[in-house]
Amino acid sequence: MSENGYEHLLSVKDLHTSFFTDNGEVQAVNGVSFNLDAGKVLGIVGESGSGKSVTAYSVMQILADTGKITQGEVLYKGDNITKWGERQMRSFRGKCCSIIFQDPMTSLNPVFTVGNQIMEAILLHTEKRGQAARDRALEMLQLVGINEPDKRLKQYPYELSGGMRQRVMIAMALACEPDVLIADEPTTALDVTIQAQILELMQDLQKKMGMAIVMVTHDLGVIAEMCDEIIVMYGGRICERGTADEIFYNPKHEYTKGLLRSIPDIKNMKERLIPISGTPINMLNMPKGCAFCPRCDSAMKICLEAVPEEIRINENHLASCWCNVRDARKNGEGAAEK
Amino acid sequence: MSDYILEVDHLKQYFPVRVGMMKTVPLKAVDDVSFRIGHGETLGLVGESGCGKTTVGRSILRLYEPTGGTVKFDGEEITGKNIGPMRRRMQMVFQDPYSSLDPRMTVEDIIGEPLDVHHLYGNRKERREKILHLMELVGLNAEHATRYAHEFSGGQRQRIGIARALAVDPAFIVCDEPVSALDVSIQAQVINMFEDLQAQLGVAYLFVAHDLLVVHHISKRIAVMYLGHIVETADADELMDAPMHPYTQSLLSAVPIPDPNTARERKRIVLEGDVPSPLKMPTGCPFRTRCRYATEQCAAESPQLTDRGNGHEVACWNK
Amino acid sequence: MAEYDVNKMPKKSPLSVQINLEKFEPATDEEKHQQDVMSQSTTFFKDGMRKLRKNPLAMASIIILVLIILIIIFAPMIVPYGYTEINTVNGVRDKSAKNLAPFTYSEMEQECIANGGTRFPHIFGTDEQCRDYFMRVVYGTRVSLCVGFFASIIVLIIGMIYGSISGYVGGRTDLIMMRIVDVIYSLPDMLMVILLSVVFKEILSFKSGTLLASLGSNMVSLFIVFGLLYWVGMARLIRGQILTIKENDYVLAAKAVGAKSSRIIKRHILPNCLSVIIISTALQIPSAIFTESYLSFVGLGVSAPMPSLGSLANTAREGLQSYPYKLVFPALVICLIVLSLNLLGDGMRDAFDPKLKR
Repeated sequence: MSENGYEHLLSVKDLHTSFFTDNGEVQAVNGVSFNLDAGKVLGIVGESGSGKSVTAYSVMQILADTGKITQGEVLYKGDNITKWGERQMRSFRGKCCSIIFQDPMTSLNPVFTVGNQIMEAILLHTEKRGQAARDRALEMLQLVGINEPDKRLKQYPYELSGGMRQRVMIAMALACEPDVLIADEPTTALDVTIQAQILELMQDLQKKMGMAIVMVTHDLGVIAEMCDEIIVMYGGRICERGTADEIFYNPKHEYTKGLLRSIPDIKNMKERLIPISGTPINMLNMPKGCAFCPRCDSAMKICLEAVPEEIRINENHLASCWCNVRDARKNGEGAAEK
Repeated sequence: MSDYILEVDHLKQYFPVRVGMMKTVPLKAVDDVSFRIGHGETLGLVGESGCGKTTVGRSILRLYEPTGGTVKFDGEEITGKNIGPMRRRMQMVFQDPYSSLDPRMTVEDIIGEPLDVHHLYGNRKERREKILHLMELVGLNAEHATRYAHEFSGGQRQRIGIARALAVDPAFIVCDEPVSALDVSIQAQVINMFEDLQAQLGVAYLFVAHDLLVVHHISKRIAVMYLGHIVETADADELMDAPMHPYTQSLLSAVPIPDPNTARERKRIVLEGDVPSPLKMPTGCPFRTRCRYATEQCAAESPQLTDRGNGHEVACWNK
Repeated sequence: MAEYDVNKMPKKSPLSVQINLEKFEPATDEEKHQQDVMSQSTTFFKDGMRKLRKNPLAMASIIILVLIILIIIFAPMIVPYGYTEINTVNGVRDKSAKNLAPFTYSEMEQECIANGGTRFPHIFGTDEQCRDYFMRVVYGTRVSLCVGFFASIIVLIIGMIYGSISGYVGGRTDLIMMRIVDVIYSLPDMLMVILLSVVFKEILSFKSGTLLASLGSNMVSLFIVFGLLYWVGMARLIRGQILTIKENDYVLAAKAVGAKSSRIIKRHILPNCLSVIIISTALQIPSAIFTESYLSFVGLGVSAPMPSLGSLANTAREGLQSYPYKLVFPALVICLIVLSLNLLGDGMRDAFDPKLKR
């Protein structure tokens, strides 16, 4: 099945995903590449329509019927899983890579008990049966910090609060000890205090189980708290990638800069916000050049014509914005190759 | 003209909930809430889901009939009597830009409806001009007037909702989570618009939201709610820098801050457990089941809001 | 694209990118917004019609219905026979024209043609009373469609008013009104129709020559029963719609502005129910036609000589062995109408349902 030596746990190379709808082809993901190593937390930040969720779903291949990966590869431990058939993908999902979704209300099946739903994953992917499976489910509930786990096993989702449901989701996702956990806006639907609990839980579990996490969200605060490495997406493309410090304190893409300007600055809360003008991009009609160009205050003629190439800012930081080329020329610095 | 545009005293909103065949129990969504809003000011109302903040806004506007308490609008008491004409002076902006606009109506009709209901601008031409002026005020083009709501993005729809609220020149607007459903980049546009309109027209806001950073930015004073009670009220900066109530402290420590250094450094006060059901409220202080400082007094009696100086009011026996 | 590994490939340094210097001038607003075209304004209705046009079954149904309607309007102008008129040749009653097969002529007619006269063919043949069957079917269709249509309108109006009050007011009023609906639902409709028609036959007598007289007291009792019993389905449907629509914020917004309940129902709630109302009415018509046909078949329908598709089918029962066509034609028309309306109703539901987005 897999070869022994591999560079990264999960490697996405030049991924393109489109949805073929009645109105035309919606190019949701346009050339996304990233690597994920064990024990790391990767954050994918973007607004609605940026393609971040679609990227995550493409990795798991759980796209809607109209969606298709049109180009690129996803390598898991060196194997190209985009080439795998449905049967192989089924053994991949849940066992090697799990996902937790945004809305805990609708992600759990209301007609099955909580225990039943956790055991479903266990029964599918491990050899445990019967009492052994139940014990494992109990173990998982304890792990995620649900009190009275034996009572909860028999309860139905409607009997639990939002926070508890999300914990159950996490228990389900981790029941088979996957290597990669994808979290698609896991705390957006939760209250702030519950959100803090869940995020802390995820950090704890990661330390205990050593899995890699891909955190997909639009909340910059969550990203700042949780993530080692951050990818900023807009229009299905990666604008910028780097460590949290680099992205927040040294943004090099106009979109990232705009995003940071449009949220209140904790050092000066009353200062007027500087919004990004315009409205989010229409994915049916991708422009020839940079996707962000129509809304960019510093747009240049070249931005209209050519998609920016990914340029290295420093060891931990890459950005796809022509402004960096312009600035480098202005400063007339020597080659900053690494 | 009185000092305050809105004075709310001991507002109560109970909803009867059927728990047995014959038995109904009151769901105390809002229990003894009092606050003041000055002319042209913004009061932020924060709290988690189920705390009653949305209900407060709707009760003030008499969309629900308050079970108790009084609401005074510009010195005049409005509870307990028909507020038909009063409705001109207080309006509301809703959270969901998708369900707050009638899909069968054009933008012009939507914004013009308040004008029609209150029989303003009988002259068609003047009515049209007023509508176009409102659209301009919120940043929409005149050509958008004949389009339907579903053709616009979330941010633009919210603008239409705001234009509708402004149509009758209200003095006070309840903003019920107006930016929660919008993308970050659009939120900033709409927040700026709220501020500009306040500066231009002198409108007062009750800004209900759960995003503390946004509320801090836009409000002069902030009130924190928990299970139908206000637990703390203070000036925005003071509340965020020096919160006194245990709930406010843990709420603030739980808010994700988009700043990696701060996120690394701060100490989180994580609350155990979940919010109790409002049908089975704890006796005495509603927060005592999750509070680190809870004492016997907290179980016996519910604390009232007391001024600790500088207008900073806290409802706690121990702080 | 060639092998692409994010970390391996030496990323271009900003200075090594070979680009024309002029391109770094700021872009103007027009250039940026070239792509900002707002799509064509469509109302909900136009969008739905567009979707409907793509549905082949629905379009076929529309064509069939239009054809049928055109035929029943224009046929009397083309075909020289009446529906009660006994076949006459040159002024003489033609007794030999009994139960002719389609497109055949009676002996007297053949004589006439041989003598140089022209006779319009009997497209569906004739019945046992020597009347042209095609015209009888045409008139029968007219009656059936009218009955179906007007009965549906009655159902619609009563159901809409009842359902909207019940749904909007809610609370105890809603509870009581819906219990009444439950009771009515449980009444046996056929029994009621039979009872009422017997009663009305005794009580009512119409001035001869009026439309009501030609329809007969049975039809009147049918309409009355529809008005009394059949509106409940529509009422429930509309009440359900209103309960959903009531929850929308725009209704709350209208209340906050100070709109009265009547305005809210008229301006906000009912227009949003419109698609459901239309579809449900479209599906109600075949049901009414069926009911009327059934009643006529049983002998409680329109009184002779006015035909309806059901009564024609009934009369055709007797001669079924020898003249099967007499049953086939009215049955076929009933099937076509009912099937088309059902398919059209289904198609409309799919096209206008806002939840089924693409």
